[in-house]
Amino acid sequence: MRWPWRRSPDPLVRELVDALGRDRVQVGEVARRLYSRDASVIRGGRAGVICFPESTREVSACVVAAVAHGRAFVARGAGTGLTGGAVPCDEPVMVVMTRMNRILKVDAQRRLAWVEPGVVNLDLSRHLAGTGLHFAPDPSSQQSCTIGGNVANNSGGPHCLLYGVTSAHVLAVEVVLPDGEVVVLGDEDGDAAGYDLRGAFVGGEGTLGIATRICVRLTEDPPEVATLLLDFTDVGAAAETVSAIIAEGIVPAALEMMDQRVVEAVEPFVRAGYPMDAAAVLIVELDGQPAGVADEIRRINGLAHTYGARSVRVAADEDERERIWKGRKSAFGAIAVIKPDYYLNDTVIPRTKLAEVIARIYEIVDEQDLMVMNVFHAGDGNLHPLIVFDAREEGVMERVLAAGEEIVRVSVAVGGVLSGEHGIGLEKKRFMSLQFSPADLEAQQRLRTAFDPAGMANPAKVLPSGASCGHVTSLGRVPEGMWI
Amino acid sequence: MTPVDYRMEAFRGTVGISGPVCVRGGGTRWGVGGGAAGAREVSAPLGILALEPAEMTVKVGAGTLLADLADALSDHGQEVGIDGPPGSTVGGALAVGRGPLRRRRVGAVADVLLQADCVGADGATFTAGGPTVKNVTGYDLCRLLVGSLGTLALLGVVILRTRPLPARIVWMGGEVEPDRVLSETYRPACVLWDGARTSVLLEGHAEDLERTAGRLARLGMAGMDPPDLPVGRGRWTGHLPSGGVLEVGTGVVHQPLEGAPPTVDDGVRALGARMKASFDPTGRLNPGRDPYGAVA
Repeated sequence: MRWPWRRSPDPLVRELVDALGRDRVQVGEVARRLYSRDASVIRGGRAGVICFPESTREVSACVVAAVAHGRAFVARGAGTGLTGGAVPCDEPVMVVMTRMNRILKVDAQRRLAWVEPGVVNLDLSRHLAGTGLHFAPDPSSQQSCTIGGNVANNSGGPHCLLYGVTSAHVLAVEVVLPDGEVVVLGDEDGDAAGYDLRGAFVGGEGTLGIATRICVRLTEDPPEVATLLLDFTDVGAAAETVSAIIAEGIVPAALEMMDQRVVEAVEPFVRAGYPMDAAAVLIVELDGQPAGVADEIRRINGLAHTYGARSVRVAADEDERERIWKGRKSAFGAIAVIKPDYYLNDTVIPRTKLAEVIARIYEIVDEQDLMVMNVFHAGDGNLHPLIVFDAREEGVMERVLAAGEEIVRVSVAVGGVLSGEHGIGLEKKRFMSLQFSPADLEAQQRLRTAFDPAGMANPAKVLPSGASCGHVTSLGRVPEGMWI
Repeated sequence: MTPVDYRMEAFRGTVGISGPVCVRGGGTRWGVGGGAAGAREVSAPLGILALEPAEMTVKVGAGTLLADLADALSDHGQEVGIDGPPGSTVGGALAVGRGPLRRRRVGAVADVLLQADCVGADGATFTAGGPTVKNVTGYDLCRLLVGSLGTLALLGVVILRTRPLPARIVWMGGEVEPDRVLSETYRPACVLWDGARTSVLLEGHAEDLERTAGRLARLGMAGMDPPDLPVGRGRWTGHLPSGGVLEVGTGVVHQPLEGAPPTVDDGVRALGARMKASFDPTGRLNPGRDPYGAVA
């Protein structure tokens, strides 16, 4: 919505309009409401002015104007974040990066690309079709999330098991610092001199500055890919098989697990060929050169049968492979047939503790008289317990949050961490002291302070100290086309 | 929260709360970024504390020799993706942060460090990162510490990611253009070019290697011993210095004389200086050492 008057009474808005033009500065109620939340369960945020810059210079102008008027700024990509990282606190200037969505350069020979932060993750890999290269991080929201958001959250995805999370695929990043200065952190070789400020910046959840250009590493497409479906009558046996595969020294490209409730919800729609009576299935993807892949298939077959798999199916062709993955990718949407609301958690545990912790998660959720579905990145121990419920039921929210908190506590108690790929944002701030001592948190604050001494970049996120805003007031519905 | 290990307590005690201090590892790359002249030298904890092949992680004192760690891990068919001259310690290799020769396959040093128990400039211990292979909880202090030459905090006990040892490796070399070699290989671990000859390190399953080696042989390449590289380091600037060997794809040049550190933008350097001041306001950790004075 355009500002209805010729000149805004607010000097900050006037300054932003001077920098960006009237069309790209919004202060209307609809826009402010729209940009006050993301895909998380956090409600209660409130956007101030919303800006749509189209260049590094304009981003810098937004930041300088915000800070000059004593207002914080919050960068936002597609808003698919799950922990409230883009939820605005205290009416900050929202810097929406989606108009900076150009792929600036692809250097196939050096296997790198420069992109603007608003480029959608999957669009980059689509753009690269035919070059034999792809962008490896494949977060579940890859059809809609932006690469800038991936950098902010150090996003993961199923194939990060072998290839590593976003940080391993970002060579350099141009950043507008909270004082408006523009710096390039890292270099095209991925080996810049001095402190690894690029590494420090990635995963900063928008609290260290705003990325305006990103140099990503591109990964060679593997010559051979095999997708396996393993079927178990016991969840514990499936979990033990995951641990055994890793212990055998096999690092698959992806190693995913789905429990019976997920299979039952997904199979009728997707016809992926999942056995409906399986207690759990594993999807194992192997890639590389033909003999190496064949050898790993043989070894996984042996392990699967040792640990009690009923069957091991190797996708015979691309169509079968796609259907196996489609089932996995449809899991999130399919839960809507079971219950209308969901609460998704994200913790990581040691891979040898999978069977124990999954059993405990079923107990925790049972104790709260709720239902949980487990569909997750088993290979790196990244749990995604999805509690499904009907929010109209009185008192259900308290039980959902209590179960969520207990899952976090159990994960940390077995030597795990709070988040594997969704980040901390607002949602998990209060749990940071479960994992970190005051001295640990102080060291993290030192990193943040070096980038943002005045605390103007996305304040009140990540670290438990300082201001607070937003609270879990309601739980979202399943967005169309999302998977986890 | 990890309970503080007695080894860390002892390490903390030796670091103390004041006065210039540095950790001496193997001393194999002591001059990188300038010496820490006049600083009291202390040693980091030693030993392999928890080897967990089923997790593909290892917890180790930073003072442990890389070679000892490699020996222990090879019994389980695993390795860590960091290297260094003979005598290098784990902590030294992390603090210097130079990419391993096989970086194209094993990744950067920063990808290896999962958790670090450190002593900060104030003499207190803190833990960076976490013990799991995947973790985005809070800020990525581990990446910041790798390559910081001990100027932000001193590494005590670390948890590293391990990886399976390659089933088979083979070096091949010949007078072939690097791009031609790259087009005939899949994820080679290392590609070197001396201006005329290209050498390539292949890793993987024996049958796959034979097939690739066959293709390279048809281009005129032959099996060879691991190359003996000059000890100095520089950055690729578009031409090779005399006697230099380029690591294709990483921009590192192995050369007889140490190259000049690359120029760094003032804004980046200023941010680096703020980082140093934030972690070590009195400048007591490795005084005189400057990560911007090092050739990566």
